[in-house]
Amino acid sequence: MTAMQKLLQLPVSAVNMVKTVQSQVQGHEEDKSPVLTPDGGQQTWYSALRPDELRHLRSGSSSAGGGGGGGCGGDGGRDQEERAPLEEGGGGNGSSQSQPLRHDDLKEMLDSNKDSLKLEAMKRIVAMIARGKNASDLFPAVVKNVACKNIEVKKLVYVYLVRYAEEQQDLALLSISTFQRGLKDPNQLIRASALRVLSSIRVTIIVPIMMLAIKEAASDMSPYVRKTAAHAIPKLYSLDPDQKDQLIEVIEKLLADKTTLVAGSVVMAFEEVCPERIDLIHKNYRKLCNLLIDVEEWGQVVIINMLTRYARTQFLNPNINESLLEEGGSGDKTFYGSDGNDDDDEDEEDKEKKAEAAALAKRKPYVMDPDHRLLLRNTKPLLQSRNAAVVMAVAQLYFHLAPKAEVGVIAKALVRLLRSHSEVQYVVLQNVATMTIKRRGMFEPYLKSFYIRSTDPTQIKILKLEVLTNLANETNISTILREFQTYIKSVDKDFVAATIQAIGRCATNIGEVRDTCLNGLVQLLSNRDELVVAESVVVIKKLLQMQPEKHSDIIKHMAKLTDNIQVPMARASILWLIGEYCEHVPKIAPDVLRKMAKSFTNEEDIVKLQILNLAAKLYLTNSKQTKLLTQYVLNLAKYDQNYDIRDRARFIRQLIVPTEKSGALSKYAKKLFLALKPAPVLESPFKDRDHFQLGSLSHLLNAKAGGYQELPDWPEAAPDPSVRNVEVPEWTKCSSREKRKEKKVEKPFYSDSEGESGPTESADSESYSSSGSDSASASAESGSGSQSEESEDASDSEEEEEEEDKKKVWKKEFKKLAQGSESEQSSESDERKRARKSKQQKSESESETDGDEESDSESSQSESDDSESEVDVKNKKAVQSKAPSKPVIKETKKEKKEMSLLDLDDFEPAPSPQVTPVNSFLSSSLVTDLEGLSLSDSVLSPAAISPSGTQKCYELLHRISGEGLSVEYCFSRQPFGPDANMVAVQMHFANSAATDAKNLHMEDVKLQSGMRVTDFPEIELLPAGETTTAVMGIDFCDSTQAANFQLCTHSRKFFVSIQPPVGELMKPVFMTENEFKKEQGQLMGMNEITEKLTLDVKCRNEHAIVQRVSAAANLSRVPCGSDKECRFAGRTVSGGSLVLVTVATEEDGSARLTLNCEKMVIGTMLVKDVLLALTQ
Amino acid sequence: MIHSLFLINYTGDIFLEKHWKSVINRSVCDYFFEAKEKALEPENVPPILQTPHHYLINIYRGKLFFLAVIQTEVPPLFVIEFLHKVADTLQDYFGDCSEGVIKDNLVTVYEILEEMLDNGFPLATESNVLQEMIRPPTILRSVVNTLTGGSNVGDTLPTGQLSNIPWRRAGVKYTNNEAYFDVIEEIDAILDKSGSTVFAEIQGVIEACVRLTGMPDLTLSFMNPRLLDDVSFHPCVRFKRWESERVLSFIPPDGNFTLMTYHVSSQNLVAIPVYVKQNISFMETGSCGRLDITIGPKQTMGKTVEGLLVTIHMPKAVLSANLTATQGNYTYDLATKVLVWDVGKLNPQKLPNLRGSLSVQSGAPKPEENPSLNIDMKIQQLAISGLKVNRLDMYGEKYKPFKGVKYLTRAGKFQVRT
Repeated sequence: MTAMQKLLQLPVSAVNMVKTVQSQVQGHEEDKSPVLTPDGGQQTWYSALRPDELRHLRSGSSSAGGGGGGGCGGDGGRDQEERAPLEEGGGGNGSSQSQPLRHDDLKEMLDSNKDSLKLEAMKRIVAMIARGKNASDLFPAVVKNVACKNIEVKKLVYVYLVRYAEEQQDLALLSISTFQRGLKDPNQLIRASALRVLSSIRVTIIVPIMMLAIKEAASDMSPYVRKTAAHAIPKLYSLDPDQKDQLIEVIEKLLADKTTLVAGSVVMAFEEVCPERIDLIHKNYRKLCNLLIDVEEWGQVVIINMLTRYARTQFLNPNINESLLEEGGSGDKTFYGSDGNDDDDEDEEDKEKKAEAAALAKRKPYVMDPDHRLLLRNTKPLLQSRNAAVVMAVAQLYFHLAPKAEVGVIAKALVRLLRSHSEVQYVVLQNVATMTIKRRGMFEPYLKSFYIRSTDPTQIKILKLEVLTNLANETNISTILREFQTYIKSVDKDFVAATIQAIGRCATNIGEVRDTCLNGLVQLLSNRDELVVAESVVVIKKLLQMQPEKHSDIIKHMAKLTDNIQVPMARASILWLIGEYCEHVPKIAPDVLRKMAKSFTNEEDIVKLQILNLAAKLYLTNSKQTKLLTQYVLNLAKYDQNYDIRDRARFIRQLIVPTEKSGALSKYAKKLFLALKPAPVLESPFKDRDHFQLGSLSHLLNAKAGGYQELPDWPEAAPDPSVRNVEVPEWTKCSSREKRKEKKVEKPFYSDSEGESGPTESADSESYSSSGSDSASASAESGSGSQSEESEDASDSEEEEEEEDKKKVWKKEFKKLAQGSESEQSSESDERKRARKSKQQKSESESETDGDEESDSESSQSESDDSESEVDVKNKKAVQSKAPSKPVIKETKKEKKEMSLLDLDDFEPAPSPQVTPVNSFLSSSLVTDLEGLSLSDSVLSPAAISPSGTQKCYELLHRISGEGLSVEYCFSRQPFGPDANMVAVQMHFANSAATDAKNLHMEDVKLQSGMRVTDFPEIELLPAGETTTAVMGIDFCDSTQAANFQLCTHSRKFFVSIQPPVGELMKPVFMTENEFKKEQGQLMGMNEITEKLTLDVKCRNEHAIVQRVSAAANLSRVPCGSDKECRFAGRTVSGGSLVLVTVATEEDGSARLTLNCEKMVIGTMLVKDVLLALTQ
Repeated sequence: MIHSLFLINYTGDIFLEKHWKSVINRSVCDYFFEAKEKALEPENVPPILQTPHHYLINIYRGKLFFLAVIQTEVPPLFVIEFLHKVADTLQDYFGDCSEGVIKDNLVTVYEILEEMLDNGFPLATESNVLQEMIRPPTILRSVVNTLTGGSNVGDTLPTGQLSNIPWRRAGVKYTNNEAYFDVIEEIDAILDKSGSTVFAEIQGVIEACVRLTGMPDLTLSFMNPRLLDDVSFHPCVRFKRWESERVLSFIPPDGNFTLMTYHVSSQNLVAIPVYVKQNISFMETGSCGRLDITIGPKQTMGKTVEGLLVTIHMPKAVLSANLTATQGNYTYDLATKVLVWDVGKLNPQKLPNLRGSLSVQSGAPKPEENPSLNIDMKIQQLAISGLKVNRLDMYGEKYKPFKGVKYLTRAGKFQVRT
């Protein structure tokens, strides 16, 4: 039977079934009614009523039954009231007979034609359900109203149905056809609620119908219905786990949904049905990250928790180098300390290449996957959420995934949550307590926020105490102890006991205050409250164990306490102490034993055990005085009621009293009893709790809860990151699929693959994050066509993998080819040789890198990065090698265009003249020449340009998403001619498609208020294989907001965005030292930001500092008398506010960075960037 | 996720139960009652309890326990936040969230709960959306409904559910367009015996009441946004804009909502508006103690301190208080041992003083700790941090709204140790 048939037939059979059920019920009744005859008169009453009941069960037409019910209400009602408890216990046949009477009036109302009466009845019924009263007997009457027109009645019927359907499965089937009709309703709310109820009816027989409905709803037009479908998935799964495979298909489909409404719900379904299928996430990972901020709060929590787990399986541990660094102590630590830059994805990409290249090296430097970075970046703003659960989710994500240096940002947000309801505080404090053990520094600045108020509930107090204890260190211990002193006086005795414990822990952890703590605790021994004293004794015992010889007087003092203290634990502790250190108190110990022997029989068991212990120890050390006492105690113990004590006594006797039999063992008695015992380590109960995912229920309970997904350990080696590549945005594919196919056929296999394989995964993975909005907007357009493409998608990715496998082979081949072509060009090969030589000399200048790029894109990218840093150190050497190579570069550029043998541009990360090192005036003017721009008013001093060796290129449009057209942009740092308030952005277009691109221009510019854009002149024709550049101006209004616009060709439009790093928002100004000081003097106070830093090893000379600062920000050097200070000045481009940077260095590599700028936001962002540039 | 919800009153009666998955017997609450017995105070009931088959997560709000039953792993804060959201929503609907109100509106409450969760996962929690689906009961509407046969349940999907601004309902119309913002700052402080500050900070919140027609896009800017250290926003606030320009740009929900909460950066010294001179002592012998409290203005920025209220949780041994207040009146609750002194307005010329003797249970030892004083107060028209709203602009609509900003400072957790 096909599913469709089932769908059609089921209602019919269901109705039949119901009929039979009804007749059974009635039959039953007739059979059973004689049973009730003991009630005498009642029997006639029943038979009178029966016809009415039948009428109720049929579709209610007459209302005469009510009269009958009401007529005998007085008598019958009381009777049935008495029977009620019996029915509930007995169930079965009894209820089917008498309960209908009970709600007769309700039935009457439900059968009426008036909606208002029906509504009233339903309200009363629902009120019964809400109070937890049984209303199941009304099922047939209610279920008839499922098709009622009145929406409120309908809703209430749904409520009823969902509640009782499981109990009355057969009758529930009656309603199914209504829902099936509802599923096709034009109103999306009705479709959704029909699906909601249908899936909530827990009746196994309709599983196929539910499955079909879910599948249909999953491709519904309305996202709200799709969301409901996502909710229905776990419902069906819990009803029938066998459907898992089919459900996973639906989940997979819904995961690809682009709307924020669906995202949260489907991830929830994923978590409940198939949390192990992490592979389903790959393709949606980036989309989820980008959508996250717009998803509703609850969805955010679920998605973040899921992504935490995902990231743990896919990325490398960002803190892996911590230990390595400590070992090696070398300075070339790979960074990712903290970067506020949103734009260094490309940089990261480079680093990744570097990692591959350096894989040969012994130690593998850590490189963060850009996807990992994406996740961290996109979740960070959610720390500002008003929803505590979201904040906690982000906090745990950072705790588990972020590099150590970045975790700190969560502290502030978590402390904020402490203002919330006490339940929230309770959970947050639990998590903070776990975090403080691993990352104490993070919360130290917020120490005072954990101070305890007398009005806090006890459980909060104790958790705060835990956090305070964890935070205690040498510097803050005195303040903490002072706080503790106030707490000890509290009326809340549980809290006082916890405080004493906390003091004990502080004392063990911090040696310097141990004596202070001990003295304080000893003072507490004279406290009036016995609980306090007892707790102190226990803690003192632990402390004394660390250095007993110093504190014999304390031990003596405690020995005296045995007269007063009655708390068994404390008494036991004292006795243990005396026994353990009896040599320090030789006179008192036997006396204590004497007293104890006296009261032995009245002691608690733990005390008795310790008395035995004490006796044994004294016997061994001081048998002269205590022999008799010991024997007396042992004899008492021999007849004790507790077998533990009897056993212990027997054991001790055999051990210490030498007899013929036990000779061998008693030799070792001393060793056994008087062995040195290690001092106990007082540990936080929250230690090692972080193996549970923070914020989870399991973490809170410190036990695995049902359905908890373990947080996996970091993988040793990162799994293939390319699985997350979504190769082509669907809409591009959609339109050009056929074209692409043609292309593939036409082109020879190799050339095609060469064109694509190399950059595909590298460039692709870098593009998505810089253009997050791009992909989002693309996805919005994609619409409905997505489903059909999935199959193709899959095949594509397979192909990609294949390609990757072969990549190495190709690379080699390609190298050969490239070299072959070079040999024809003698001048170039000359250059190459020179470059090789220079490489051998390890003077890795940038020029060399450029040459190298042609042979192998991957290594070149990494090396260019290398050289960026290394060039500082080897500046002088580089200068030598640079001189000859420079003119050659120009040639290469030209030749490249002529050489059509291979499309080398593909392999060059930045095919523009701008990437070439522009280290002198000559080349910079060359640049402008090439652009065809006139250097209008060149106020730039050489100092302004020269250090900026490299300009970062950012991707605007990737070749694949641009269908062959790739666009990159960089900030040329030239003044923008038409408008001095704009930042010049240089764009490099490269057309690698087979067809010409025409009419390149921009449209539909979307900007934040105040921002302006000057379009670049339209490029009428960009022939296939050609490149060109253009300059546009953007007034960013001194903010790092992105400028979004559409890049249009004659046939297509692409959404792109340009986001400036803060350093590019300024232009250099030239000023003298005096001017600088004067200006700086005016920008003090709030306008000044000072940071201390430790300079990177490679960056400890003036040159390097100048170079790095200039690379980070477009500032000019200000002359300065002292060589310990470097000064830079600039103005923001649109606002013209001064930006003054001072780097003062010390001998030991530490430095102070001062930044004066009236724009605080710019200032703080720039400080971050400069810090980053200088420390790494 | 959330399996079932039980509403339990102070005495331990379950008066509402709702199940989103299969039915769980209410006997599961017995574990909760056990814990409640043990805890003595309702605040001390552990929010999360583990039972053999279920986990119970509860919150305590307005003398009611909201108890959620869950079966599998779920972030506890998720549940807690949701339960508070339920309480907030009920408060929103009925103006109060007490047992009586819920019992009176049982069906509406049930309908709301039905919409809020689907299969234990939140569906619609925005008050604006919910109110479109299930309209809050008003007298007028119930009269109209009985006459016309209309219902309180919407029959179309609220537009908010689909748009990317789910918090605002569509088609809002007002004749008087107004937008009010209350900047409320609370001083949290602990002062020690000598009156010096152990810990003080300012937490602020901006409550908004916006009744504007159509789809207004508002921009609120501050004179001194630098003061704000840590902020959290209603989802309507554009975070990027705040990051770059420090202005609040948002399309507001309709009606009352909390726009943002903030924390004033800790470098700023917190002005403490009042000082307290106190002397509470208990005699070592003889069953009595003395109490003498004087309150005076300290840093009030020239405003008057109002609504001054001092609450003292006395030690258990204190039997009664025989005091005289120069201003306001005091009550001493024998059962809870709480002394409340309602001072009212603080007059700087004549400082309010409360003095007299306390009688202590004879034979009981002298209480070790002096009780700490909790102080409540408010100062109108002052934001103690100095935060000022600069301007409010509206885009997207043509009319001119009426705008208003009000400042209020009050004591948060303001405690004086003695």
